[in-house]
Amino acid sequence: MDAEITLQVDGEARRLTVDTRTSLLDALRERLGNTSPKKGCDHGQCGACTILLDGERALSCLALAVAHDGAEVTTADGLAPAGELHPVQQAFLEQDAFQCGYCTPGQVCSAVGVIDEFERGWPSHVTEDLTGRPEMTHDEVAERMSGNLCRCAAYVNITPAVQQAGGAR
Amino acid sequence: MTDLLQPRAIGQDLVRRDGEAKVRGTATYAYETPVEHPAFAHPVTATIARGRVTAMDTAAAEALDGVLAVLTPFNAERLASTEDAEYAVLQGQDVGFRGQLIGVVVAETSELAREVADGIAVRYDEQPHDSELSADRPDLYAPAQVNAGHETDTAEGDVAAAMASAEVTLERTYSTAMYHNNPLEPHATTGLWDPAGDGFLTLWDSTQGVHPDRAAVCQVFGLQQEQVRVVCPYVGGGFGSKGLPHANVMLTALAARAVPGRPVKLALTRQQMFFLAGYRTPTIQRMQLAADSRGRLSAIAIDVVEQTSRIKEFAEQTGVPTRMMYASPNRRTTHRLAALDVPIPSWMRAPGECPGMFGPEVAMDELAEELGIDPVELRVRNEPEVDPETGKPWSSRNLVRCLREGAERFGWSGRRAHRDGDWLVGTGVASSVYPTMRQATSTANVRFEDGRYVAEIGAADLGTGAWTILPQITADALGVDVADVDVRIGDTRYPTASVAGGSSGTNTWGSALVVAAREFRTKFGADPRDGDEASGDVDQAAQDDTHSPYAFGAQFVEARVNADTGEIRVPRLLGVFGVGRVINPRTARSQLIGGMTMGLSMALHETSAWDPRIGQVANHDLAEYHITVNADVGEIEAHWIDEHDPYVNAMGSKGIGEIGIVGTAAAVVNAVHAATGVRVRHLPVTLDKLLPALD
Repeated sequence: MDAEITLQVDGEARRLTVDTRTSLLDALRERLGNTSPKKGCDHGQCGACTILLDGERALSCLALAVAHDGAEVTTADGLAPAGELHPVQQAFLEQDAFQCGYCTPGQVCSAVGVIDEFERGWPSHVTEDLTGRPEMTHDEVAERMSGNLCRCAAYVNITPAVQQAGGAR
Repeated sequence: MTDLLQPRAIGQDLVRRDGEAKVRGTATYAYETPVEHPAFAHPVTATIARGRVTAMDTAAAEALDGVLAVLTPFNAERLASTEDAEYAVLQGQDVGFRGQLIGVVVAETSELAREVADGIAVRYDEQPHDSELSADRPDLYAPAQVNAGHETDTAEGDVAAAMASAEVTLERTYSTAMYHNNPLEPHATTGLWDPAGDGFLTLWDSTQGVHPDRAAVCQVFGLQQEQVRVVCPYVGGGFGSKGLPHANVMLTALAARAVPGRPVKLALTRQQMFFLAGYRTPTIQRMQLAADSRGRLSAIAIDVVEQTSRIKEFAEQTGVPTRMMYASPNRRTTHRLAALDVPIPSWMRAPGECPGMFGPEVAMDELAEELGIDPVELRVRNEPEVDPETGKPWSSRNLVRCLREGAERFGWSGRRAHRDGDWLVGTGVASSVYPTMRQATSTANVRFEDGRYVAEIGAADLGTGAWTILPQITADALGVDVADVDVRIGDTRYPTASVAGGSSGTNTWGSALVVAAREFRTKFGADPRDGDEASGDVDQAAQDDTHSPYAFGAQFVEARVNADTGEIRVPRLLGVFGVGRVINPRTARSQLIGGMTMGLSMALHETSAWDPRIGQVANHDLAEYHITVNADVGEIEAHWIDEHDPYVNAMGSKGIGEIGIVGTAAAVVNAVHAATGVRVRHLPVTLDKLLPALD
């Protein structure tokens, strides 16, 4: 069964027809030709498909497109105008926080979401003091970025990149 | 001696040229190739581990609106070559392992292709299967040779006699698990068969080598090289699993040929990758060491048992590093295989060395403990002056320097197993080694175009940095600024390149580029005209056969084990490597820490849990096949010594993609032993193996 929906993708209104089984990830990749979010597992286990969905990080392979009619989607490609880079992207580049690059757009979107979550004071599993504002420490960032697998294992560069972009010590 | 390049661009810390495209996600991987009006393909896979497909009911599927083709063993085109059972896709009804390809559905959408593929009723004549590896199987056999052309068995002196007369002996059995490469980008291809157009079969494939990929496809389909183009500008990781094409590539080509003129996209699911994309065989390693009281080895032996698939042999060269690592007058290595009803094993990062330095490096630690000698010192005392296997002098061997510098940086001498609150703390060490290889075939072009130098070679960048470092090498060979050099890779339209495997890519392609650049200068001087072009072959590059070329390293680990829960943490991992000249410290460091982290993953997290009752990996997805995640990683440092090797190649480089994963797991086991007193000889180190011994 098909359904017609509208998505705001990287600032642009896109009208499209989807199978009601179509994931948001496949809608972006196969219907709209936006392949910035990647498919690594299609089961929400690797994080490569992470996008910002209405401003918060989300696994687009676990979202059905038809359930998000009217939603605002930002992919890594939409974080900065062409020719420019978002501070998170710049930090990833400077810290060499990737190798093959396949998990990277998901890592970048996740990092943007993480920095926002810090700014909003959200605690994580490793936050000791739930009454205060969590600090952007190594352990806090590593914990929050652990839904994004990197098989090249750039983790020791990813965490400092997120801290750098987030302006942490 | 080779004519070493004067390094100017080489050694510079340059940001990746493909970096911007990767952080934005605009670098296009195989499945993402923008093509007009693509169709989507989904495989049908066997649900028995051994037997025969007797019927497939495809009538309803074929009648569905939007279904373009349904291929099965009963209707697929006959391939020109079925010699390689892995590539003989849909050519027969026999099933050699669960998950084997038995069909493909091509449809207008990916949802439809998947639904139809999953709904096809298959009838089988199922036979009993046998898929359990053990060291006491009566049917173990010696393969004709092991991977990379190594001898199956070697023997020198008399190990048994040395074991009988030595002051100290050690006999232990170790095992490594089954591992799956699991690159984050699934094995995927976009294929187009265009007989009405240019007559090409074009495959945008995720591969570690477009030319070897093309060669395999040409052979299987009986096509000429000119009829097949393989394109791959970016690879979302491979770690060996994309070094040789797997059956999915042939299936995509079959699907594309069934719908001429229509591009077809096919990606294996993550689950299917546990059946179809290769893996590292589990290994069982029986080690023997004999030594005098000062720790000098009089015997070293390893007897390896591992598995292969009944339909295609792959023999991991696990015993190989024991042949050359340490000095000992008596030595023996053997490999025995069990051919089982299992998927086909293949290359995974440092095949041979990675599993093959687990048993020996834990055994050395056990021997050091028995002798009361520092494990660093024990290794130093067994340093061979020449390669024990070939008798040749080393091109350069700096294992001792790596051990000493690593010990210094890590604070090894002050080490002491202790308890810190609830945590038991210990440290461990192991050696790393990897051969320095250069492939026999690769060609490069260097051209002057619009005021810039352009280097062309069909090389692959799997995150290794080829896009960035090949211009550095070319610039130094031409004597120009690296900013004036462009590189084009990842397409069979460029000159033939060898596979990105065996840590040989940079050594091989770089050598060809140097020959091409020098030829260019000889022909056209310092002031070339637009369009001037020269090519060079790696076989014209200086080659030294009189030395034994290896990279070495030492890895140090701090492990902490929770005394109550057995939880294992590794807050510190430090490696020092002797890898020749480093082309780009930024990308080199990433490769080394990436390898070390994958080694940590092997030590603590990874295992493909085999279920012999049904013949499959039980944990065949990324939720249950655990790989190291960000929060598992503490400090990981990779250093290298300043090493000058004039014998390996014109760059003086040794290859760094694999050595990082060699020895790590042993260092972790040794550290956990220091912390807890428990010697885990069977990977991975999990808390259930420690808990019984903790108070």
